[in-house]
Amino acid sequence: MEKEQKQFAERLEQKGVSRRDFMKFCTFLTATMGLSSSFVPKVAEVFAAPKQRPPVIWLHFAECTGCSEAVLRSMYPWIDQLVLEVLDIAYHETIMAASGYQAEENLHMAMKKYEGKFICVCEGAVATKFNGGYGKIAGRTFQEIAKEVVPKAAATIAIGQCACFGGIQAAKPNPGGYVSVEEATGVKTIKIAGCPPNPINFVGTVVNYLLLGKLPALDHLGRPLFAYGKTIHDQCPRRAHFENDEMVEEFGSEEAAKGWCLYMMGCKGPETYNNCPIVKFNDGTSWPVEAGHGCIGCSEPNFWDKYTPFYEML
Amino acid sequence: MRSVEDAVGVQIPDNARIIRNLLHGAQYQHDHIVHFYHLHALDWVDVVSALKADPKQTATLSENVSNAPWGGATYYKNVQARLQTFVDSGQLGPLNNAYWGHSAYKLPPEANLMATAHYIEALRLQAKAARMHAIFGAKNPHLQSLVVGGVTSVKDLTPDRIAEFLYIWKETQDFVKNVYIPDLLAVASFYKDWGAIGGTTNFLAWGDLPTTNQEPESLFMPRGVILKRDLAGVKMAQQESVTEHVTNAWYEDGAPKHPYKGETKPLQEDPEYRPGGGKYTWFKAPRYEGEPCEVGPLARVLVAYAKGHPDVKAAVESTLSNLGVPVQALFSTLGRTAARGLDALVIGNAMEGWVMELVDNIKNGNTATYASWEMPDSAQGVGLNDVARGSLGHWINIEGGKIANYQYVVPSTWNLGPRDEKGNLGPVEEALIGTPIADPKRPLEVLRTVHSFDPCIACGVHVIDPDSNEVYKVKVL
Repeated sequence: MEKEQKQFAERLEQKGVSRRDFMKFCTFLTATMGLSSSFVPKVAEVFAAPKQRPPVIWLHFAECTGCSEAVLRSMYPWIDQLVLEVLDIAYHETIMAASGYQAEENLHMAMKKYEGKFICVCEGAVATKFNGGYGKIAGRTFQEIAKEVVPKAAATIAIGQCACFGGIQAAKPNPGGYVSVEEATGVKTIKIAGCPPNPINFVGTVVNYLLLGKLPALDHLGRPLFAYGKTIHDQCPRRAHFENDEMVEEFGSEEAAKGWCLYMMGCKGPETYNNCPIVKFNDGTSWPVEAGHGCIGCSEPNFWDKYTPFYEML
Repeated sequence: MRSVEDAVGVQIPDNARIIRNLLHGAQYQHDHIVHFYHLHALDWVDVVSALKADPKQTATLSENVSNAPWGGATYYKNVQARLQTFVDSGQLGPLNNAYWGHSAYKLPPEANLMATAHYIEALRLQAKAARMHAIFGAKNPHLQSLVVGGVTSVKDLTPDRIAEFLYIWKETQDFVKNVYIPDLLAVASFYKDWGAIGGTTNFLAWGDLPTTNQEPESLFMPRGVILKRDLAGVKMAQQESVTEHVTNAWYEDGAPKHPYKGETKPLQEDPEYRPGGGKYTWFKAPRYEGEPCEVGPLARVLVAYAKGHPDVKAAVESTLSNLGVPVQALFSTLGRTAARGLDALVIGNAMEGWVMELVDNIKNGNTATYASWEMPDSAQGVGLNDVARGSLGHWINIEGGKIANYQYVVPSTWNLGPRDEKGNLGPVEEALIGTPIADPKRPLEVLRTVHSFDPCIACGVHVIDPDSNEVYKVKVL
């Protein structure tokens, strides 16, 4: 045991991670996931040195790559650790060095080699109208690709509003007939909702899977409860202003400068389930309400249709 | 946002202008670093060759060419060991099955190891740099503090927030100066032949970063258009001269239209690609006075250089003399890649002054970040600026207080758009003509030019071998 711990510490050092940094990250992640602190050492083990890194096939459909970008901003752990030491990102169009035939080959090889064992991450919505013709990669429709790959995965994570619920291309009039990955494939997906979601919620879900061998508890829409269990409103640091009826009625006003409640400016916090006020974004730097802007409800289904105009009161 | 502000006639406060400039500036720094290291470098850097490098010699090389804060034989030994562990695992992840060992890779193993180490450092740096956006913009990606009339982050105009911004700016700009630019020059010195490959003809920049409320006069990166590579003939660009063509795009046919009159009517069918003719893309073909134009860092730098922008002029001249190449070498894949670095350098350097301007305003009691406005019943407006990938224009028509028409022409449409009704090629297509390809089945050289435009798309490219006339479909990702 002692020997193992020593080796573990050495491995960490080789990776340029001090033990203190590593435990800080594990504690942060454990807290985000709502696990008790006794889990901290186990989280550490998951990230220390898996015998085989869990394979990930990351598919892109109709999307803006903002969710991939969000994951690139991961600091707990750093993205280079995620890619080099934690996961085996066997296919990801943005970061992979291979192109063309070789890229396609990577997808097919990984699918075959890890059938039933890989985590499939889907970013983007799937076109269904005109035989799915509005969205194609290498001559095949998103629909064909999703139907081939998703059922072979151990679990599928839909990352972002588009893969979860269809996103902006599914907003009216939805010319391409875009739908969520779940609707396109008939396979239940775990939904890391948001536009884009906080990378900590993606990483937390993956850790849960690696640590407990199962996916975290989900709400009725398929979103992990550790992240999407409470409304923005219930966790909002400006909640007291709402209760006291202290409202911002115009940007640039004295009330806005005082940091009063943004409900009348169209904040969708009361109906939106997410942990933004608690974990915040980019290493806990800020989140929309802190920057003086209402929540736009980006982790709720079909928010583009449901919550626009954004500046109209709920 | 600018198009609506133009339509409703609101003048945003000075602080809002500065904060937007700081957010844009941070975007240039961030995007260009990510593009160079993570989306483009592996076209020039052979990671597998880095395993053969001698860490001591790499340390010496690194000390000679850069001022990177990391280095020494132990550092490079550790990076190499980390790579070796990764390769030995047999799970090559995103590095699997690329064109490693291709004859077009020219760097010695030590340069490959240095660049690979900086690839990894840049991954961390970019995550930190993105915090600049979160400070005044709530989060990155997808900022959420920008509204018609200004910005909402008035409560972030505090000394601690500004100091935090300044520290991250400094760390990022130190990286640009001490690592990115030296790496760029070191890599470029092995690929000078690329100074004659991959060029285009016309260049458009709407310009960006207004330093007063006068546009386009006060733009830090100026507005202009250069036709037929005539730098001396640079002239002011006019939005009225833009049209979009749909002959080869999957939209209902129609005459070329200015964006105010633009239509977006996708074909109601499965848009098959039919080799040998017909419509073949979702991109419209934007034209300036009927001509295709390259947009992006190279266009921006060329326009600024031609107009005598002192910072840009100095940066361009020192780069050309460092590499010992003539000014014509700018019109190339190498020039485009170098211009991206210089763009980050020049804009990044200017940001410190803008922060100080913000501080002065606050000292003088000016904390306004928003100007109120009213929605007119009917109006039209245009918003022009440059973003990391190039010129961006939004056009809006308002009727009955609602959007009647909205069109935008984005950088990748300019660069990757199809042929127009006269058969004129788009910039990327033009740039690829004459690219030497050592092995048509592994067309690394094509990736270099396509990636150099920083395309915002996974796109299809077709390569024809003139000897075998064999057509290869290559997906550039």
